[in-house]
Amino acid sequence: MPAVEAATPAARKTALYAVHRQMGAKMVEFNGWEMPVEYPCSGGLIAEHMAVRTAVGLFDVSHMGDIRLAGPQALASVQHISMNDAGRLAVGQAQYSALLYPQGTFVDDVIVHRLGEQEYLLVINAGTREKDFNWVQENTRGFDCRVENLSDEFTQIAIQGPKAVELLQKFTDANLAGLKFYWLTQGTLCGLKNTLTARTGYTGEDGFEIYIPSDEATSVRVWNQLLETGKAFGCVACGLGARNTLRLESALSLYGHEISDTINVWEAGLDRFCKMEKPEFIGRAALEAAKAEGLKRTLVGLEMVERGIARDGYKVLSEDGRETGYVTSGSPAPFLKRNIALAYVPPESAAHGSTLKVEIRGQRVGAQVVPTPFYKRPKKS
Amino acid sequence: MPYPADLKYTKEHEWIKSDGKTASIGITSYAQDSLGDIVFVDLPKAGTELAAGKVFGTVESVKAVSDLFAPASGTVAEVNGELATAPEKINKDAHSAWMIKITLKDQAELNGLLSAADYEKFVAEEGGH
Repeated sequence: MPAVEAATPAARKTALYAVHRQMGAKMVEFNGWEMPVEYPCSGGLIAEHMAVRTAVGLFDVSHMGDIRLAGPQALASVQHISMNDAGRLAVGQAQYSALLYPQGTFVDDVIVHRLGEQEYLLVINAGTREKDFNWVQENTRGFDCRVENLSDEFTQIAIQGPKAVELLQKFTDANLAGLKFYWLTQGTLCGLKNTLTARTGYTGEDGFEIYIPSDEATSVRVWNQLLETGKAFGCVACGLGARNTLRLESALSLYGHEISDTINVWEAGLDRFCKMEKPEFIGRAALEAAKAEGLKRTLVGLEMVERGIARDGYKVLSEDGRETGYVTSGSPAPFLKRNIALAYVPPESAAHGSTLKVEIRGQRVGAQVVPTPFYKRPKKS
Repeated sequence: MPYPADLKYTKEHEWIKSDGKTASIGITSYAQDSLGDIVFVDLPKAGTELAAGKVFGTVESVKAVSDLFAPASGTVAEVNGELATAPEKINKDAHSAWMIKITLKDQAELNGLLSAADYEKFVAEEGGH
């Protein structure tokens, strides 16, 4: 057992940091932020994961960044820098998208929210905050559009799970049950006016993400109210550990793993979020060329069929022992109770049912290509 | 956390309990707490030779993999097969959930290990627990 790594003192803290410490959360450094990885008082990672699948969980995701684009050419700007078609968004609607480099690889993946006629909010990853903001600013210079970094303005809390709607409804007059997935509302929530509440998340479950003022008093009040009221619904605080296993079961990409500046959209299998038919966007020409060339590798879901857990970075081998790819994310799946992974492999070994090996500490352990997502939430009856 | 006085401890967070010739080995309560939910253990087969300070297996939680270091040299006499299907027993009671039993090569090796009081002090300084 090696020593546990302590977070570096330079790591940034969210407005809820003191609350996490008080609750006894185990803290880790993640992309320059000191964040809770799990809460022993919630029962730990597996209990947190199960709470989100069966009831509701609360996540501090204030490390995520926010960029606002507003002005007469806000739509044109967003269209230029992102791969999905923001032209299809109604006011109050959101979409999954990505910022791309000219070579068709990822600056970051984002959620684009249309807040108003000429106003958009991009929610971006913690580790790419500065890079993303600079990228957006530089690449929208020619447009009549104001770009603001609002990352430090918001405490972002995710309320995720089948009971999320019932819990959050206690704090607002807005009709949350009537809000469709990937739509948002801006009303009074927990007594806070004009609060952005979006039916989005990163768990594969129904749920919401709320954006409240980042002052400590407000942040702590809302967090505690949600947690206290949530008890009746089986709500627990959840850390980044459960956030990762939940998103992996749902096969959602994580920047630096499934997507990065060296992986393109087709390889990552994000075709349905990339609208080649829209006029122009950064990365489009390279993606057209890449499509004509054909895929060299593709992202697949793996399930271990022999005893062993695939982890990030492990080698993927063909049955005859040739190294053909690598694992981008791998973990035991707490809800499915199987050992799963996402991996890049050559297209010829990507068919469902293909058998492969994952090299685990020198041992070749059998795995099989399976359909993704590994977990799909049950449809409401 | 209480650390039983009849066990000896390593700075890598294993414990060893000797009855003279043989000894059982596991990980400490501090170790299981740091790891979180344990889901997998990979242990050597009976008959395997262990060298003090060298890796003899791995323990995995949902989020992390950790090597296991042998507190003393010896030959694996018995493996706790129960842990293959119920690794969470380590979380529940780390100091009784033994992983392997070994026939000690040199009982004197144990003298170099930490006492319960020294280990407790070591852990307090290391992790602030």
